[in-house]
Amino acid sequence: MSQFAINLLFVGASFALYIGIAIWARAGSTKDFYVAGGGVHPITNGMATAADWMSAASFISMAGLLASGGYANSTFLMGWTGGYVILAMLLAPYLRKFGKFTVPDFIGDRFYSNTARLVAIVCLIVASVTYVIGQMTGAGVAFSRFLEVSNTWGIWLAALIVFLYAVFGGMKGITYTQVAQYIVLIIAYTIPAVFIAFQLTGNPIPMFGMFSTHSESGMPLLAKLNDVVNALGFRDYTADVDNKLNMVLFTLSLMVGTAGLPHVIIRFFTVPKVADARWSAGWALVFIALLYLTAPAVGSMARLNLATTVYPEMAGQVENYEEAAQNPILYEERPDWVRTWEETGLINFTDLNNDGRIQMYNDSVDFSDRGWEGNELTVNNDILVLANPEIANLPGWVIGLIAAGGIAAALSTAAGLLLAISSAISHDLIKTMINPKITEKGEMLAARISMGGAILLATYLGLNPPGFAAQTVALAFGIAGASLFPALMMGIFSKRMNNSGAIAGMLAGLICTLLYIFTYLGWFFIPDTNTLANTPDNWIFGISPLSFGAVGAMINFAVAFSVSSVTAAPPQEIQDLVESVRFPKGAGMAVDH
Amino acid sequence: MADDKSNAAEYWKANVRLIAGCLAVWAFVSYGCAILFRPLLAGIPVGGTDLGFWFAQQGSILTFIGIIFFYAWKMNRLDRKFGLEE
Repeated sequence: MSQFAINLLFVGASFALYIGIAIWARAGSTKDFYVAGGGVHPITNGMATAADWMSAASFISMAGLLASGGYANSTFLMGWTGGYVILAMLLAPYLRKFGKFTVPDFIGDRFYSNTARLVAIVCLIVASVTYVIGQMTGAGVAFSRFLEVSNTWGIWLAALIVFLYAVFGGMKGITYTQVAQYIVLIIAYTIPAVFIAFQLTGNPIPMFGMFSTHSESGMPLLAKLNDVVNALGFRDYTADVDNKLNMVLFTLSLMVGTAGLPHVIIRFFTVPKVADARWSAGWALVFIALLYLTAPAVGSMARLNLATTVYPEMAGQVENYEEAAQNPILYEERPDWVRTWEETGLINFTDLNNDGRIQMYNDSVDFSDRGWEGNELTVNNDILVLANPEIANLPGWVIGLIAAGGIAAALSTAAGLLLAISSAISHDLIKTMINPKITEKGEMLAARISMGGAILLATYLGLNPPGFAAQTVALAFGIAGASLFPALMMGIFSKRMNNSGAIAGMLAGLICTLLYIFTYLGWFFIPDTNTLANTPDNWIFGISPLSFGAVGAMINFAVAFSVSSVTAAPPQEIQDLVESVRFPKGAGMAVDH
Repeated sequence: MADDKSNAAEYWKANVRLIAGCLAVWAFVSYGCAILFRPLLAGIPVGGTDLGFWFAQQGSILTFIGIIFFYAWKMNRLDRKFGLEE
């Protein structure tokens, strides 16, 4: 069977599974549509949350980020997992006790203000829409690489599948497809990683293999990797970072951003009890950790594998790295997987010094004494995970599995985001603010139409990605962390926090963060409109625009408390509401108004 | 009613104390061991590198899982102790 047929079989089978679940889990009420009926088991919800959270970026790009950045990019690992600790202790159980359907529901009711509700709706929609663009383009890439269809067809196909289960099943359909998608993606991620760890270290568990001995050289794997990258002009893989303030703030920004992202928060509204929301956050992190603990092993091993593929003499015990570097492989003798990926344009070779060999190194260091005239091989970070099975010579069905896994990761996150967007429109905007008299049936229809509309918008943006698509992650995390997270937390932890304080805080956090991001990345992300060049010298106190979300959150807290302290305390019934969300007793399942 | 209120207030105080303790551990392993104190831990070797690197790529995540399950377990006991469970 050809590789194409195998890929088609795996992807087709996974789609059949998702559609089967969609037919089984049709939503019969708004409660089904928004919170999957409210009876999802905490472990099931944990698994769905993991798939909801782990996007195309986690599945495809994370290992590549770690491979290229080494220790410095540990921020992503800690930031994207540590957020669950604050979510579990500071938000999830109380928002579950509050017992409504959406995030703006809480902000609007708690701060007794439709202005606050509207600010929350706008933040939610901007954060989720920017996030969903990456999912659609990610699905498009996976389709075009593995199924040999054009990018455009790939994105339309992805949109159609999501439409089928999200429009008819709502949160109920999404929950159970996410469980299936988690299983597909974690198996796809783990199998090649186990094989590679075993080949390199003899230890089949990647997270242990990474810290054990590299069989071929007899050295610890990471020490070997340091030597190899050093010989090619790169900093040590494990090298420490000088700008610790920025590293701390970047990690903190990712954590508060994670805790404040609405599509993650609403997953915790689907469990039956407050105690379940706490357990469920723990299970979600267990399922996420299965991938996140493996990713650093994949990253470091793939980097070593790539370097020793190009410089075979560096693989074993090396006396003199200078000599070993002299004999990279001939371009004509490159392995098959390099040839496959060259066709996609994600690996590029230019023979700068015309010696027929591949020189791959850090060309900001001068190696002209070795006769090198520049780096000749560029490898896109994203292919490390996708090419893993080929690098390790694994059978074709593993490649098919990776294809299904990458698509599952993109679709599961896209569906969660689309639900957050559509419920903000049909529930918060239409039902709560515009037409409170709408019937249950009318709201269901509105929810389905908004879902359809959101899918069309996401498809359009996926097909015509704005030039700034890569930078929008900073925007999504910045908005969630600087505006939504502090407002939610103060709504629970401060009885005194009033409407003016919360609104002023959200706007201050949001505006400061946007200003800082736009100053360095371009106004509204339009290229070349940035006021200052985006270099560490220009950053205030060395804080990068990506790390500013944490500062924005602090501004939010400071402004909110200042404004609140000079304006009237919230009414008694709001203070009673805050007291009641603080303990589990008396919680029902998530209900409508 | 007054008793209910003071009971709930006590419960909340205990919860906030527990959260503060858990957050201290959370910050210690991630911002502390993995980032700020890494140079201090440089002398402790772990598989070809140092303890700080291990905390940054493995240890902090494992600790986070431990913290959430500990918090959930402890809170369930608090819920029952104060009679505020569902």
